[in-house]
Amino acid sequence: MNIPQAQLSRDKTGDGGVIIARLDDLLNWARLSSLFPMGFGLACCAIEMMGAYGSGYDLDRFGIIPRASPRQSDVMIVAGTVTFKMADRIRRLYEQMPEPRYVISMGSCSNCGGPYWEQGYHVVKGVDRIIPVDVYVPGCPPRPEALIGGFLKLQELIRKESVLQPKAVMKLMAEPKA
Amino acid sequence: MTFEEIKNLLVAKFGPEVILAENLQPLMPYVLIPKEELAAICLELHDNEQTYFDFLSCQTGIDNGPEAGTLEVVYNLYSIPFEHSFCLKVQVPRNTENEPLPEIPTVSHIWRSADWHEREIFDLIGIQFSGHPDMRRILCAANWQGHPLRKDYVWPEYYHDIKVPYEKHNEDNGFKGERW
Repeated sequence: MNIPQAQLSRDKTGDGGVIIARLDDLLNWARLSSLFPMGFGLACCAIEMMGAYGSGYDLDRFGIIPRASPRQSDVMIVAGTVTFKMADRIRRLYEQMPEPRYVISMGSCSNCGGPYWEQGYHVVKGVDRIIPVDVYVPGCPPRPEALIGGFLKLQELIRKESVLQPKAVMKLMAEPKA
Repeated sequence: MTFEEIKNLLVAKFGPEVILAENLQPLMPYVLIPKEELAAICLELHDNEQTYFDFLSCQTGIDNGPEAGTLEVVYNLYSIPFEHSFCLKVQVPRNTENEPLPEIPTVSHIWRSADWHEREIFDLIGIQFSGHPDMRRILCAANWQGHPLRKDYVWPEYYHDIKVPYEKHNEDNGFKGERW
């Protein structure tokens, strides 16, 4: 048999087998198509979140699969009322997540305190008082479509990122020294 | 048994001085009893074969405010076999700042459901239940200051470096605006 080497590899992989892409695009594409949220919920918003995970709305088709550990998660969905008792735990969970990490604040309670904004002595008036939030999903509770919309918004944000300009590091550098 | 019959039963057993006050308004008639007699009266109502109040439907703490100067606890009793109910109230004076919390004897040894109810009343209203097996906060964080459902409760400004009141939310938290 005297088949040239190039011929063999072309048969194996189709045509050529080389894809050229920008590193940013490739990384962002990988990140935004496998956003693993941390599997936890705080209140009634979590019911809608579970509905979105289920077969009816099927977040799997976006590569969104809940993980059982903060150390394997990319995104935290704060779905529900954040009480002061829970605030310490949420901050701890957020600190356990590896960078790059994103936060979706789901529903009025975690956006701004919701119905507890005035009289709720026990409610943190917005989860952005303890951790930085990337996407706010309004609603009380938001329907699964709204949460999916929030994920699409987050994907848009990730698509604009660049490895040469890491957001978290640049924010740290920009902070004035105390 | 009717409300009158149960009340007469208590008077016959503990004497007329045990009924400090009564209210016969139709929705929820109640008797006010001294806190020293509370545990004995509850045990009698639970054990007596005529009343047999085997179920504590609800136990509620109420702050009547600084003008009235009292805190009270309401006991809603229900007998599942006899299908009759009864309501007791106990009042204690409010404590001012630096005074110890008022005390009421526990009924958690009679109805186990009172265990968590009394912890909730302790947490939110600030009444100690003497004889309770596990008197600590149930809802608020363990290091929370004050009892939030007191009428004169003042919000803390910060809890664990988190600002508690809502005002100036966007300015304080660096709201990034639509164009971020």
